[in-house]
Amino acid sequence: MKKFINKTDDFLKESLQGFGAVHSEIINVYFEPNFITRAQPAKKGKVALITGGGSGHEPMHGGYVGYGMLDAACPGFVFSAPTPDQMLAAVEKVDGGAGVLFLVTNYSGDIMNFQMASEMLQSPNETVLINDDVAVENSSFTTGRRGVAATILIEKIVGSLAEFGGSLEACKALGDKVNKNSGSMGVAFSSCTVPAAGKPTFELAADEMEFGVGIHGEPGRRRDKIKPAQQISEELLEAILEDLKPNTNEQVLLFINGLGGTPLAELYLLFDNAKQILDKKNIKVSRSLVGNYCTSLEMQGASITLTKLDEDIIRHWDSPVHTAGMRWGM
Amino acid sequence: MTISFLINQAKEIQSVIETHASEIEKLDQEIGDGDHIFNVQRGIKLVIELEPIIKDLPMSKALNQIAMKVLTGIGGSSGALFGTLFMSMAKGESIDEGVDYKKAFKMFIDGVEAVKQRGKADIGEKTMMDVLIPVSNCFQRGLNENLELSSILTDAVKTAESGMRSTKDLLATKGRASFLGERAKGHIDPGARSSQLMIKTVCESVLREKGGEK
Repeated sequence: MKKFINKTDDFLKESLQGFGAVHSEIINVYFEPNFITRAQPAKKGKVALITGGGSGHEPMHGGYVGYGMLDAACPGFVFSAPTPDQMLAAVEKVDGGAGVLFLVTNYSGDIMNFQMASEMLQSPNETVLINDDVAVENSSFTTGRRGVAATILIEKIVGSLAEFGGSLEACKALGDKVNKNSGSMGVAFSSCTVPAAGKPTFELAADEMEFGVGIHGEPGRRRDKIKPAQQISEELLEAILEDLKPNTNEQVLLFINGLGGTPLAELYLLFDNAKQILDKKNIKVSRSLVGNYCTSLEMQGASITLTKLDEDIIRHWDSPVHTAGMRWGM
Repeated sequence: MTISFLINQAKEIQSVIETHASEIEKLDQEIGDGDHIFNVQRGIKLVIELEPIIKDLPMSKALNQIAMKVLTGIGGSSGALFGTLFMSMAKGESIDEGVDYKKAFKMFIDGVEAVKQRGKADIGEKTMMDVLIPVSNCFQRGLNENLELSSILTDAVKTAESGMRSTKDLLATKGRASFLGERAKGHIDPGARSSQLMIKTVCESVLREKGGEK
């Protein structure tokens, strides 16, 4: 394992310390239990947006704490869910009296820990469950689709509504709507290495890719030979469109997300290819995002996310945001 | 069952898990994400480290401390599930006035039921519930039929073993292995293996002490 690391046990602490020092104007980092809040508390009477998940997806989630987005984030160990004491400590700091909305990605560990926090919490709270990964067949008998890159779109869009004074119910409804309107699928060219494990999570031959990979290196739909980017884009979009079934001329947000080890040049190329395919299908790409926003440590690969838009979602996407990982309009 | 019994069992489990660490890690890398063994080892270590803090506490308080430690110190699904198990055991009736084996079985049975609710998993889903539920049923049968402690424990060891082996040919419908579909078949579930080892360790250690009132 080649990583900038001292001791495995200190990995998260030292990384959070650096993050806190660099962005001290935007966020505060608290330790034991670990959580991140805005440096300037939101105004009273605002719904508090709190999320959390395993570390290793930076800038998600701590990088999205700040004006117009999250109020707090609870980082677990690498790829391991955070624990209820973190959520409760975060709530205590950021609860503005208008209720708490938990944004939770659909993994059993995250669900159980947020559920326990929710049971222990006195103040009114709701949960938006995020499950945009179309690579996984959904069924009521299984854990179901994973929450992946659309998480950050939901954090941004619901964050804006909360900033504008939206109620707990309205924020939950918008979160559920954006989740339903979003579909993602990813491809990995290489595995990643969890520091505590010290070796790659899975093996891929030099000419292979994992098609439909999850953001922790979970297996996808199949293992394939690598193909031209054009063909990969087509196959990913086909799966997403089959799920979302957008109408002709429907407006979408096209989001190309890097998994950590793929250069931006390739992500822009993927965007170009994907946009041309959508243009031909008369699906209007009216908003876009390209970059490493929801990563999987050093994994080489990328995911495509499409979100169907309406006036409401567009307004909240365009509104000002100021976080470590995303900033515009201010 | 006393607090020193719990701590001693944790120490025995620690060494058994250590012996099987690479086997469990390999199982998890085949169908999971490879972190299960670290979670189990971290959890056991945290419980053992609690010894000076809990050794003189009433049973309910000690179990609650263990629950919180496991819940917050492990994280992930294992933390929530084992935290739930101990939290439920801590609620056992009049456990601060001493715990005989009948009370201990009742605590375990209620604890497994709580874990089942938390994880929303049942038998046949390729998880540790394929070990815990049959063992819990075996304890219940022992209580109902007033069986000898040693025969209940011997049965529990066998039940845990066959429950663990049954996960091999199952499709996973819960947890990370569920993403694999058919690819998960042919592999024993790592959580079933680690919990089977824990149950075997505790039951056999009580049996060795020739079925005394533990």
